[in-house]
Amino acid sequence: MSDAQQPSDFDTTSLDEFEPVDIFPSSEDMDLRPGADNCYKCTSCDTSCPVAEVDEDFPGPKFQGPEQWRLKRHEDADIDDSILSCSNCMRCDDACPSSVPLSQMHNTARGEYVEEHMNKLSREYLRNRMLSNYRTLASIGSKIPRISNFFMGFGPTSYIGAKLMGMPTERDMPQFATETFRQWFKKRGGSKVSNPDKQVAYFHGCYSNYNTPEVGKAMVRVFESFGYEVLVPKQQCSGTPMFANGMLKDARREAEVNVRELGKAIENGADIIASCTSCSMALRQEYPELFDMDGVEELSEHTYEAMEFLRIHEDLHGAIQESEVDPQAFAYHAPCHARNQGLDRQAVELFRELDGANIEDVGESCSGISGTYGWKSEKYETSMKIGAEMFDHMEHAEGEVGMTECPTCAMQMNHGTGYEIRHPLELLEEAVA
Amino acid sequence: MAIREDVIVIGGGLAGSVAAIEAAETGASVRLVSYKKSTLRHASGLIDVLGYTGDDPVADPFAALDELSEDHPYSIAGESAIRDGLARFDEITGEMYQGSHTDANALVPTFGGAVKPTARYPTAAAAGIASDERPMLVVGFKEMTEYNAEMLADHLEAAGVPFDVDGVECRFPGEYVNDSRVTRFAKRLEINENVDYEGQLLGAREALAEEVKPHLGNAERVGFPAFLGDDHSEQVRTDLERHLGVDVFEIPMGPPSYPGIRLADRLKAAVDEAGVRMSVGNPVVDYEAEDGALQSVTVDSKGREVPYHAEEFILATGGLVGKGISSSREDGVSEPIFDCHVPHPEDRYEWFDEQAFGDQPFAHFGVVVDETMRVLDADDSPEFENLRAAGGVIGGADTVAEKSQSGVSLATAVVAGEQAGKQAAKHKVSQ
Repeated sequence: MSDAQQPSDFDTTSLDEFEPVDIFPSSEDMDLRPGADNCYKCTSCDTSCPVAEVDEDFPGPKFQGPEQWRLKRHEDADIDDSILSCSNCMRCDDACPSSVPLSQMHNTARGEYVEEHMNKLSREYLRNRMLSNYRTLASIGSKIPRISNFFMGFGPTSYIGAKLMGMPTERDMPQFATETFRQWFKKRGGSKVSNPDKQVAYFHGCYSNYNTPEVGKAMVRVFESFGYEVLVPKQQCSGTPMFANGMLKDARREAEVNVRELGKAIENGADIIASCTSCSMALRQEYPELFDMDGVEELSEHTYEAMEFLRIHEDLHGAIQESEVDPQAFAYHAPCHARNQGLDRQAVELFRELDGANIEDVGESCSGISGTYGWKSEKYETSMKIGAEMFDHMEHAEGEVGMTECPTCAMQMNHGTGYEIRHPLELLEEAVA
Repeated sequence: MAIREDVIVIGGGLAGSVAAIEAAETGASVRLVSYKKSTLRHASGLIDVLGYTGDDPVADPFAALDELSEDHPYSIAGESAIRDGLARFDEITGEMYQGSHTDANALVPTFGGAVKPTARYPTAAAAGIASDERPMLVVGFKEMTEYNAEMLADHLEAAGVPFDVDGVECRFPGEYVNDSRVTRFAKRLEINENVDYEGQLLGAREALAEEVKPHLGNAERVGFPAFLGDDHSEQVRTDLERHLGVDVFEIPMGPPSYPGIRLADRLKAAVDEAGVRMSVGNPVVDYEAEDGALQSVTVDSKGREVPYHAEEFILATGGLVGKGISSSREDGVSEPIFDCHVPHPEDRYEWFDEQAFGDQPFAHFGVVVDETMRVLDADDSPEFENLRAAGGVIGGADTVAEKSQSGVSLATAVVAGEQAGKQAAKHKVSQ
């Protein structure tokens, strides 16, 4: 509750009957008033906002959250369109000393804005819809990976695509793997370990399935080396890109499948492991904040990021100290969503004790891509301005290989420096599997 | 079971960071667990030891310690703890801070036009101190409504400073919306972004100097609101000095506060350099204890409870603003993690004085500690044999009114950190 209690001479009977005003009727009767009241305007959120410091038109998270919430109480005030400039990095959540649910407010406001004020035939809407449904796109593209890769890398088609859809021509489209993670997993005959007492279900998400299956393979091998049976349940997109684009209906559709399918695994005693920190963020925090569904709390409680799970349940530290890898140096960037789960230090703290590995944290700045944000031509410049600090720090770090948990941070790191980017699980595989 | 250290520190502000470093210096393995960004980030960045006793400004804090009550954290920790705390602070901050040459307080102008007695101040603010008699120009910006340079200058003159001071309101070069963020100005200066200035494309630093130049008059130093860059603030200041030909300084301001942010960043780097592990972003919500000793604290990791084990624990969660102490109508005043004893009147109407600037009882609320910073219960016995406290969570003084917040944090942190580290080593030997 807020520090600011009601004055004592209020008639408390009327307070008991107080009914919260429903500001966001489209968002399942969410009452964000306690959150708005908790804001004491310290501006910690504003100073942590990577967009506000490079874009003078963006009024910052304090406005987007509690202030807009109050303004909206007047019927003639609509959600300000600047909500679309929020990248959903969620740093404001992490910054707020008063636990105001800023990202929940932003997600809700953005959902309402897109639902009620955005022209569903506009190029921006269609582009955002397409970007946020990357999984659908990828599942088609990866059926014919070589042809898709050729066309997306082919100058004229990528130029036309970019111009038509409002995507930056500067970026190279991600390449599809010739064999998806799921195809690989099926072909090897599922998990090599059978252990009904130690089971984990892997939420691979879209990117490590279609684009970087080596991350998924590393996850499987590492967990098997600790004696876990790895299950790979049916799953959809986590919803992260949909939240960021205000496509809450799409996100709900995907979440329903994930909650149901992962729920079955949990019922059978498995915990859920994600290798992408935005996927784990969605399952752990955004689902329970945004969706009132059966099983959503259980899923949140049973979801872990891969290394986090091993740190808690195994002596990962000991295993690392006894291992050795070929000499190599990494410039590590902690994704914003890892930060919000308290995971921003774990890769650095673990790998600095691994013989052969040299790992350097490139600092607190945001990479700037924020999933689909940097894939919009009108946001490209902002995205690169935000990323400039990270690029600079990467170039000053000893390692010429980057490392991060987040697939889109990895794209941005590669785009800004040309470095090859690896996932911590890949190094962990080399060390312990 | 896998997360285990010798010492766990809860809270990542000034007290928590310094306690963690102090414990790590004893050779202990230390983990700092903190939840949200520290309130340091909106503090002024000034390090006060004791600015006032009653209504009177203090010239030398060490000479005034005898006047403090017995339950004041300084009286419990002792003068040597304050000196050790400052020495640790000076070591951590190095060139970033000044004031260690004397026990006496420096007088630093703040953005309200007040002159604040303080023990350590950022080097960025050094050219502004009030004992310096050179004429001063204070610059404000029309884009920044919370800070008015002319008013600031008038207030300083009214305070009787021994120098001439003028204020001028300029435009910050570049295009901005009306309520542009301070972070945007800081970033422009930080990266020296090009801006359009009177038809020319200039670096933001040079453009700002050009804007101020015509107003210089006979001023030998120029004060700006404290947003002259972030990581590269020294470079920004040097560049402005070169373009203007006079000393440039920052005037500490309210939130958002770059001096506070820079100090928080420096502390984080020092904690890292000391080999302390950090878990940031999730709250400690509970604990496990056995026979009067804490076994672990429970971290709420987005809905899942994860135990963090240690031999010794330090509570550095801050006071009422930092949420280390909470209050409610139903449960009174409490310490939310361990439910430590917090002395307070039963009747809520005795928590406050009707005069806003009176001697406010609530400002003294906090846990009670012994001279090793162990937290005590209502009978003056340790709440747990291995729980200590540091910083704002400790009660017994109105640190805001007497301007002693940072000093209390430093003094209690060095004692708690050192004691916890030594005790952890003893546990290890006995095992």
